[in-house]
Amino acid sequence: MGTPADKKAVAVLDASMVGASDEPLWKSIVKRYWRNKAAVLALVVLIFLGLVAVFAPVLAKEPIDFINVVVRHKPPSWEHPMGTDFLGRDVMARLIWGSRVSLSVGFIAMGMSVVIGTVVGALAGYYGGSWLDILLMRIAEAVDVIPVLFLLITLVAVFRPSIFNIMMIIGITSWPSLARIVRGQFLSLRARDFTEASRALGAKDARLIFRHILPNAIAPIIVSATLRIGTAILTESSLSFLGLGTQPPNTSWGQMLNLGRQYLKQAPWVAIWPGIPILITVLAFNYVGDGLRDALDPRMKQ
Amino acid sequence: MSRYMVKRLLNMIPILLIATLISFLIMHNAPGGPENMFLGAEQNAEVDASRLSALREKWGLNDPLPVQYYRWVKNATAGDLGYSYFQRRAVTEVIAEALPKTLELSLIVLVLTYVIAIPLGVISAVRQYSRFDYLVTGIAFVGQAAPVFWIAMLLQYGVAMHSGGLIPVSGFSSPMVDFSSYGWLSVIGDRLRFLFLPVVTATFTGLTGLTRYMRSSMLEVLKEDYTRTARAKGLPEKLVIYKHALRNALLPIVTISGGILASLVSGSVILETVFSWPGIGRVGYEAVVGRDYPVSMGILLMGTILTLLGFLLVDIAYVFVDPRIKYD
Repeated sequence: MGTPADKKAVAVLDASMVGASDEPLWKSIVKRYWRNKAAVLALVVLIFLGLVAVFAPVLAKEPIDFINVVVRHKPPSWEHPMGTDFLGRDVMARLIWGSRVSLSVGFIAMGMSVVIGTVVGALAGYYGGSWLDILLMRIAEAVDVIPVLFLLITLVAVFRPSIFNIMMIIGITSWPSLARIVRGQFLSLRARDFTEASRALGAKDARLIFRHILPNAIAPIIVSATLRIGTAILTESSLSFLGLGTQPPNTSWGQMLNLGRQYLKQAPWVAIWPGIPILITVLAFNYVGDGLRDALDPRMKQ
Repeated sequence: MSRYMVKRLLNMIPILLIATLISFLIMHNAPGGPENMFLGAEQNAEVDASRLSALREKWGLNDPLPVQYYRWVKNATAGDLGYSYFQRRAVTEVIAEALPKTLELSLIVLVLTYVIAIPLGVISAVRQYSRFDYLVTGIAFVGQAAPVFWIAMLLQYGVAMHSGGLIPVSGFSSPMVDFSSYGWLSVIGDRLRFLFLPVVTATFTGLTGLTRYMRSSMLEVLKEDYTRTARAKGLPEKLVIYKHALRNALLPIVTISGGILASLVSGSVILETVFSWPGIGRVGYEAVVGRDYPVSMGILLMGTILTLLGFLLVDIAYVFVDPRIKYD
């Protein structure tokens, strides 16, 4: 029935109305994500990077602290595809080891940031206009106006740069923007009919917040979480670059760039290679985030 | 408008107090206080304990933290930020020396970023899906994911180290080249050589975000009814784009300008480290790592105020660019 153009219009309409068909919600989300080829490719890249990190002990040709000064500063060759650094360590092997720190810092710092941002935003939004809302948002604003790198290095100076501390520190400095997003969602959702209905049925605040409102606000949280992983990886690399991040014998991509910087003239490859995995990883998270935004809620599409 | 401004300025006070309190409390909990740094106690365990406690007493670090914070706020409101532990001069003097160097760099970067990003974004949007558009958006998207210091090192290696000494790798000026012994032309020429790489690096990083933003804002406006109306009444395309569309597309750009100003302050730490630029970012970094509390607090306060002022400026700018907005 109808012209092809009509059918196309109907298809677009279907896709834009989540749950309008009999299909389960997740299926239509996967379908819409699958249509975005760049996002699918980015996901494949991330899975590959994740596997590299997991199987680092098998893939890296040298242990993380293997030093062989005899082959110091060797340019890329068959033996060392990305050359060696000032202690004769294989740059490619260290990049593989570094993926573990960079990726896990990205994920865990994001987790911290999302938990704090969601709780603060949910409370501020649900009790919007109350003293709690005002207090929480003032704190969020105060954290936001302190230049973030100064705050980060101050925190590192206090807590010492272990990998765990770096994760926590990035997490606790990056939640305000998410808190604002979640607050906005809660402010609008708490006034909706379904919220009123459950309240009228006697639902307690906690139930309303976690069972009724939060699931409806989850899409922007997931999108923001994905983009945050990339940002956290960049932040870790900045701290490591300043010498305040990952400490030897452990390594991360940012730390390798910092070491490479001191021998930029003699061994430029040491300072050039580690930037590429950072770039690819952050780019991939950005593409996945964009893809998720379009798939989860077509209305958010830019 | 003036009543709104007063309200906004008053609103900044609690934010500033919370922000400085957070920084103050974190900073003063750092292990190995400044007295240990000062006497090198971490390397050499034989430092006399009485000298350590004498220093703590002299710097007022034995008082309870609330008392110390109150004292800091009281002095700061009077314009006194204290004395640097290590440089033996007033914090205001330290800032007055470093701040102009940071401002010199960031103002040039700021102007260049806007002057380049706005036309790039507009052309990209007007010629959507053209080869030019793909090139610009592609570079911008990739550039946003690259660490600044990596781009800096690529330029240091690729440009400076292969320029035969024309472009320095890092630094602020050649030694001894100043206005008292050289003509102003050679001094300015010297400064420009040193400015080149940091400016290119920071401008590129700033461009990536702003160009993408300008493009999407312009695309949005080109879809609006008033753009169609302007076209329908037969206006030349140039007038439609540069007068009717561009003006409206600039509104969201004003919104994100506050964030851009803030990122210049924060980004100065990395940029100035990689280029050994003796500005506020570098000095602040060294003060925090060296536990020079008064300098750290002074620079944090200044950075916070600059950020707040950035957001305030954005609000004021709204009134001028958007006649629909009125504060009262």
